[in-house]
Amino acid sequence: MRGGRRGSGPWAVAAWTLAITLPLAFLALFFLWPVVSLIATGFVADGRLDLSGIPEVFGSARTWHVIGQTLAQASLATVLSVALGVPAAFVLYRLDFPGRTVLQGLMTIPFVLPTVVVGVAFSAVLGPGGPLAALGLERSLTAVIVALAFFNVTVVARTVGTFWARLDESASHAAQVMGASPVRAWLTVTLPALGPALASAAALVFLFCSTSFGIVLILGGREFANVETEIYRMTVQFLDLRGAAVLSLAQFALVAAVLVVSARLRSAGERAVQLLPDGRSLRRPTLRDVPVLAVFAATIVLLHAAPILTLAARSLRDSSGEWSVANYVALVQPPQEFPLSGSVLSAIWLSCRIAFVAALIAMVLGILIALVLSRRPASATARRGQSLFDALVMLPLGVSAVTLGFGLLLTMHRPLGIGLDLRTSAALIPIAQALVALPLVVRILLPVLRGIDPYLRFAATTLGAAPLVVLRTIDLPLLGRSAGLALGFAFAASLGEFGATSFLVRPGEQTLPVAVAELISHQAPGAYGAGLAGAVVLGMVTAGAMLIAERLRIDRSALGSRASGSWAGSRAEW
Amino acid sequence: MMHTHAHPAARRATRTALPVLGTALALALAGCAPAASHDNGAGEGDPKTVTLAVHSSFPNEEFAKAASAATGYEVSVIAAGDGGELTNKLVLTKGAPIADAFFGVDTIFASRLVANEVVEPYRPAGLAESFEDLAILPEESSGAADSSVPFALTPVDQGATCINIDPAWFAEQGLTEPQSYDDLTKPEYRDLTVLLDPTASSTGASFLVGTVAKFGEDGFADYWQALMDNGARIEQGWSDAYNGQFTQGGGEGTKPIVVSYGSSPAFTVSEDGAATTSKALLDTCSNQVEYAGVLAGAANPEGAQAVVDYLVSSEFQATIPDTMYMYPVTSDVELPETWARFAPVPSETQLNDLPSADIEAGREGWLKTLSEQIGL
Repeated sequence: MRGGRRGSGPWAVAAWTLAITLPLAFLALFFLWPVVSLIATGFVADGRLDLSGIPEVFGSARTWHVIGQTLAQASLATVLSVALGVPAAFVLYRLDFPGRTVLQGLMTIPFVLPTVVVGVAFSAVLGPGGPLAALGLERSLTAVIVALAFFNVTVVARTVGTFWARLDESASHAAQVMGASPVRAWLTVTLPALGPALASAAALVFLFCSTSFGIVLILGGREFANVETEIYRMTVQFLDLRGAAVLSLAQFALVAAVLVVSARLRSAGERAVQLLPDGRSLRRPTLRDVPVLAVFAATIVLLHAAPILTLAARSLRDSSGEWSVANYVALVQPPQEFPLSGSVLSAIWLSCRIAFVAALIAMVLGILIALVLSRRPASATARRGQSLFDALVMLPLGVSAVTLGFGLLLTMHRPLGIGLDLRTSAALIPIAQALVALPLVVRILLPVLRGIDPYLRFAATTLGAAPLVVLRTIDLPLLGRSAGLALGFAFAASLGEFGATSFLVRPGEQTLPVAVAELISHQAPGAYGAGLAGAVVLGMVTAGAMLIAERLRIDRSALGSRASGSWAGSRAEW
Repeated sequence: MMHTHAHPAARRATRTALPVLGTALALALAGCAPAASHDNGAGEGDPKTVTLAVHSSFPNEEFAKAASAATGYEVSVIAAGDGGELTNKLVLTKGAPIADAFFGVDTIFASRLVANEVVEPYRPAGLAESFEDLAILPEESSGAADSSVPFALTPVDQGATCINIDPAWFAEQGLTEPQSYDDLTKPEYRDLTVLLDPTASSTGASFLVGTVAKFGEDGFADYWQALMDNGARIEQGWSDAYNGQFTQGGGEGTKPIVVSYGSSPAFTVSEDGAATTSKALLDTCSNQVEYAGVLAGAANPEGAQAVVDYLVSSEFQATIPDTMYMYPVTSDVELPETWARFAPVPSETQLNDLPSADIEAGREGWLKTLSEQIGL
């Protein structure tokens, strides 16, 4: 009966069709077509299909070294991120202390910091003259893993934390009353309940780590290269499109496997857990929380603060090592020989404008996608189509920025017969950034929509509300609450985006991350220092955007009370 | 009854949703319009505009202004990445070029453009005769220095990749300064050298070419092995090596020997301009020429030729030392005083060079050899 009613209005059908086709068309045009075109180029020789690259590339020891490195780095970094992220989730989302919400906001910053900045920061800490140079970790697997954890501890803390915050722990208390130790109660009761959230976070982190580019290139060098940096080397240095295409397919396979496994883990671990409205489960820290607090403090101080502060300190010294603001002055009034077009202020302004457009595109498409994915269609075919759609949206996270950049170059010459050469147009920059931000937006909005009690929609429908009325009166108001956060994330991610932007052909102006990268690698005296200062400015602007976004996030207790206590089956995702 | 409810409501919702969506996308695209003001594609449809594709550290805006004034065309500049990235983008877009002309492909990648027939031969009138030898000729021409043969690639500036050292560091340690390639493998200079990964940096590739020129195809790998055995460190990019590792790089570096440029000592000059704190070893240099050319299939070939003419004109050549840290290809330009004093040009007998075609033919094999022998 419900299904019949949903399809009843032709306008509703038209609206849903639009909600599906608009994002699909965007992804097909600006993502699938370019990427498939470039990969296809690698498999065509003299107009014929040529698969000889596959055995050749997989026959090389270097390929297996790179694949091995990718898997090792991603697995170890995921383990470390989860190990440090769970204590952080507990402290930030279960304990009540002054400054908790500010700290929650601050903890999201590392994730959106540009890789150029973090790479430089870690080199500054571990490299010659850095505070931890004596550890000899500078060119090592450990350095790469720790830097990857820098970004991803925050992903785990947030994903697991927001779920944990609403977890009803009375079962755990009951276990303790019946004699289980707190550790045992945690392991046997709480941990299984957190399972889906942990699986979801771990899969996301694994995905990010296995396709990481900038940080691995800077810190890993050739020895610790991963598939992503190897594709870069093959495409950019050797024009070995055949080899790059084979590695891209290997990367596809890896990403697809991660997405499938994570979906399985999520649904296997999904169970009816009792969730409470946000904020009910908080308690004051006690003495027995000291070990967890210590781990959390060490994470913040050593993993996050140390690299950022070292970078900031470096940016405040001139070439002779004296304290000075000369680097910042040079950013505002750049000497003629700097590789900057205009001052850094114009780069910030341009970056903000482009990031705003990118965030807007990502939001419009992300809201449509989240609405489509949040429905629970009755037919199995529709559900399968839905999960394919979901995977397609996540795919930009798992495809090399080089492949996308060069693919756009191949396909955007008057695409679809439009008389405009998009390849050299600045319009391509926000489009590429939106592709990167889109999965984040969907992952933030989707849990909110899926968390809406199905009974609420059902009740509204039974009372005679048309599907679009349900959408307007139930979905959209709830969506609005996390829209601010999603917008902030999209904006910050676009602002710091370096990989995809740097591989586009850019007319004139530079975005801030590109300007920083060019300053750092320029020979002009003072350019390196100014680049460090630019990195600090970039970090501050992105951090500011994130903090404002956190503010925009209206307390979710209202949502909790409306959607009643039963959140059975709600998914633990962003 | 359900229908009478559904329709007006649905229509209302869609009516508000669609314009909002439309406006958002229109805004999204319009938002890019100011930034896209340089977007003339490849000068399509407008014979007065001409587009130049360049490497990343190029003074885009000043060049566009000055070149527009000088050529009478409306010149726009697009950045397409450094070294290999720029080259490969030009090769991939062959037939539908992203610009009319290009500048910034160096010796290492030059032959790839010629071999892939990306360029339209053109000989600018203004190139000083003494620098004509640097030009790269089309494949079919015999290489005779006939003044009527057009160039495939026109040289615009040149520099040298050389080992740089920190003389004060050696004085402090009571060590003699190294002089040659071979010195770097001696035990007294153990753990002091920073090299660049030739698979990631064109400066690194240029140093590799120098070692092949010096030790031959059969001997260079043994030399690299000796360098590695002597504790050489390999960085991915010039900045990581020079700014990050070199003792005079402005950072906290600890290594007194680094692969850099012949002109680098001109930038470590003390404030009074009396002395420099670094020095290039002129016997370890190889030449790096940066080329320009007209792209085959350019929408505005005459405009492209005018821009190439401008690139070798004395007006533009005079700006090269200050903006790009390279030497001009004309003797008319007076070099900055610090260059004359601290950054002498290596003599032709000192340079370790190979023809560009040999580099293109051999490079992949050399890198493979290095990869097998020293695990690079």
